[in-house]
Amino acid sequence: MSFHHTLGGERYGFDDLKGLLAAASSQRSGDELAGLAATSDGQRMAARYALAELPLSTFLSADLVPYEEDEVTRLIVDTHDKAAFAPIAHLTVGGFRDWLLSHEADTATLAAVAPGITPEMAAAVSKIMRNQDLMSVARKIRVITRFRNTIGLEGCLASRLQPNHPTDDLKGIAASTLDGLLYGMGDAVIGINPATDSVANGLALLDMLDHARQHYDIPTQTCVLTHVTNTIEIINRGGAVDLVFQSIAGTQKANEGFGVNLAILKEAHDAAQGLKRGTVGDNLMYFETGQGAALSADAHHGIDQQTVEARAYAVARAYRPLLVNTVVGFIGPEYLYDGKQIIRAGLEDHFCAKLMGVPMGCDACYTNHAEADQDDMDNLMVLLGTAGISFLIGVPGADDIMLNYQSLSFHDILTLRTLLNLKPAPEFAAWLEKMGLYDSHSDKMLPLSPSQTLLGQMIA
Amino acid sequence: MTDKTLPTASTGGGSPDPWHGLRSLTRARIGLGRSGNAQRSTDVLAFQAAHAQARDAVHAPLDIDTMQAQLKDEPCLIVHSRAPDRPTYLRRPDLGRRLDAESLASLKKGSWDVVFVAADGLSSVATTEGAVALYHAMKERLQDWSIAPLVIAKEGRVAIGDEIAAAMGASMVVMMIGERPGLSVANSMGVYLTYAPRVGCPDSARNCLSNIHPHGQQTAVAADKLAWLMREARQRKLTGVDLKDDAPESTLLQQTPPALDKDTRA
Repeated sequence: MSFHHTLGGERYGFDDLKGLLAAASSQRSGDELAGLAATSDGQRMAARYALAELPLSTFLSADLVPYEEDEVTRLIVDTHDKAAFAPIAHLTVGGFRDWLLSHEADTATLAAVAPGITPEMAAAVSKIMRNQDLMSVARKIRVITRFRNTIGLEGCLASRLQPNHPTDDLKGIAASTLDGLLYGMGDAVIGINPATDSVANGLALLDMLDHARQHYDIPTQTCVLTHVTNTIEIINRGGAVDLVFQSIAGTQKANEGFGVNLAILKEAHDAAQGLKRGTVGDNLMYFETGQGAALSADAHHGIDQQTVEARAYAVARAYRPLLVNTVVGFIGPEYLYDGKQIIRAGLEDHFCAKLMGVPMGCDACYTNHAEADQDDMDNLMVLLGTAGISFLIGVPGADDIMLNYQSLSFHDILTLRTLLNLKPAPEFAAWLEKMGLYDSHSDKMLPLSPSQTLLGQMIA
Repeated sequence: MTDKTLPTASTGGGSPDPWHGLRSLTRARIGLGRSGNAQRSTDVLAFQAAHAQARDAVHAPLDIDTMQAQLKDEPCLIVHSRAPDRPTYLRRPDLGRRLDAESLASLKKGSWDVVFVAADGLSSVATTEGAVALYHAMKERLQDWSIAPLVIAKEGRVAIGDEIAAAMGASMVVMMIGERPGLSVANSMGVYLTYAPRVGCPDSARNCLSNIHPHGQQTAVAADKLAWLMREARQRKLTGVDLKDDAPESTLLQQTPPALDKDTRA
């Protein structure tokens, strides 16, 4: 199937649906690296016109990666909910954008159509939406998940406390955890990226985190972000596994690059469910994604990086996750070159995931070889907060000393909560107040030192 | 519950710093204190200064004169990737993985047990400071090996070592390369060992030692581990996943993870 559009007297042709989607994407270095980007702004706009005229149903009959050779395609096709799709089945991509922005498409309506929306539909419509459109629609969508607290409620912004340490030193990690708790961080998860990805190390870290959580009765969940096969082994050895973490991507081959497939994810999910550790719900998967992952594994099948990223959300939603976040600026400038590209990608990823019913958060971040700085992260966090993001990641002073990149600081997330009047997850907020860390009268986290709180004993 | 007279966790004001002891446990920016919700001016400026240094580490050219001075009279070869300049290098990792035509033609085929390559990667500072010292430490430990002259590669990524080794006829390649700089550490070097290198070698066929810098893994310690890996690799004729599984101190021998697994590869 080929496509064309005439703009300004010039006729632009596109060989297939993949090529059309890629050319319609806003400019980013990863698509240029892959040789998929529009070669001119005129061609990009012609692609957007052609895409806007396309019926949504086109995406149900044209697989970007063949059904026979890719289990992610099979998952998308086999689990598509035709009844949920029915109310929007008559729309074109352009009509879909208008409908999403209409008052008629309210929270309940958007929740009902989510199982009928494929990743390719979400990606396609996002390509003809401006940043404010991506925010307006996402803000109407509520994806609520639960384990030991409730994430995704209106008026709430949760946070992942990320206390990484370059040698996984338990006391060093505990010190960073204490710092974050004093800022009201950690309701989404207290989650460590281990420097050493082994079963023994994972067990030790989980034991430390679980001990602290139980001792202070913190209504949250902890996680060591180790490979899913390690987590299965940790469960077999009796480890304190709340959440199962895994990086995922949008094609079978890219997931193979991460050493996973749908069956191993299911095995891990079932094993963790067997532990029954959740108190208010049983969402227990935690996934990270990010544009560029498939291309970096040479597993993108000629699909642009934003569309193939959206396919990862189809993988995620199959396991009813508690948390998903895009690690948007982490992968480097060869995929997202500068602050403008990182900000756009963060808004696209959040929108597409929420549209598909996925509880999306973001690691608003950048590396030192990207053309970005903390001002760009300020912009991104305010835009995502306005768009109703489920959670953001915070590290001490925005500087991750293990992974060598910059994210948001605890200060930043506290500032955002104040700016937009957003609260932590309600169970966690109640705990903060009970511990004397939060004053509900002045609505402020109190600036306490460790010795002024019970938490000060955390580091023996 | 509230007490307006409570001192804050600030480091200023002359009062004892309640975070002093905790700060010895980690180099993370903990206990910064705050003004309202925001960081204090000193901390904001310190962060921006560290970011400036990290960016300078990325963009500074490899200091070849200094490296040659460290080598004294030892021969070395200087090659260049297909990325003509730094901006292209950052956008096009594929070009950084291949030699330009002139460099490829300059390499003579021999028969070596190993070739060591020093590439700028994402921190030329790390390579300038650390690569020759590690090369010397390895020559001491591998006196019965035939070791090719050191190759210095400009605008190079890890995989450029594969093409260099293949062109020179080396059975394995040790790539010493500047890692992605962080705010705390802008001069960290990584080492990648690949047996039977060839263009198109998958990352899963490599073993990696990372975090080599004055405040991290010391050169002598890294050299001992690398020597063990190299002897095993020569005996078993492989590197990668299978080698990692049997290594002593396996907790310190890392596999090259996929790019989005929040890894630090160059």
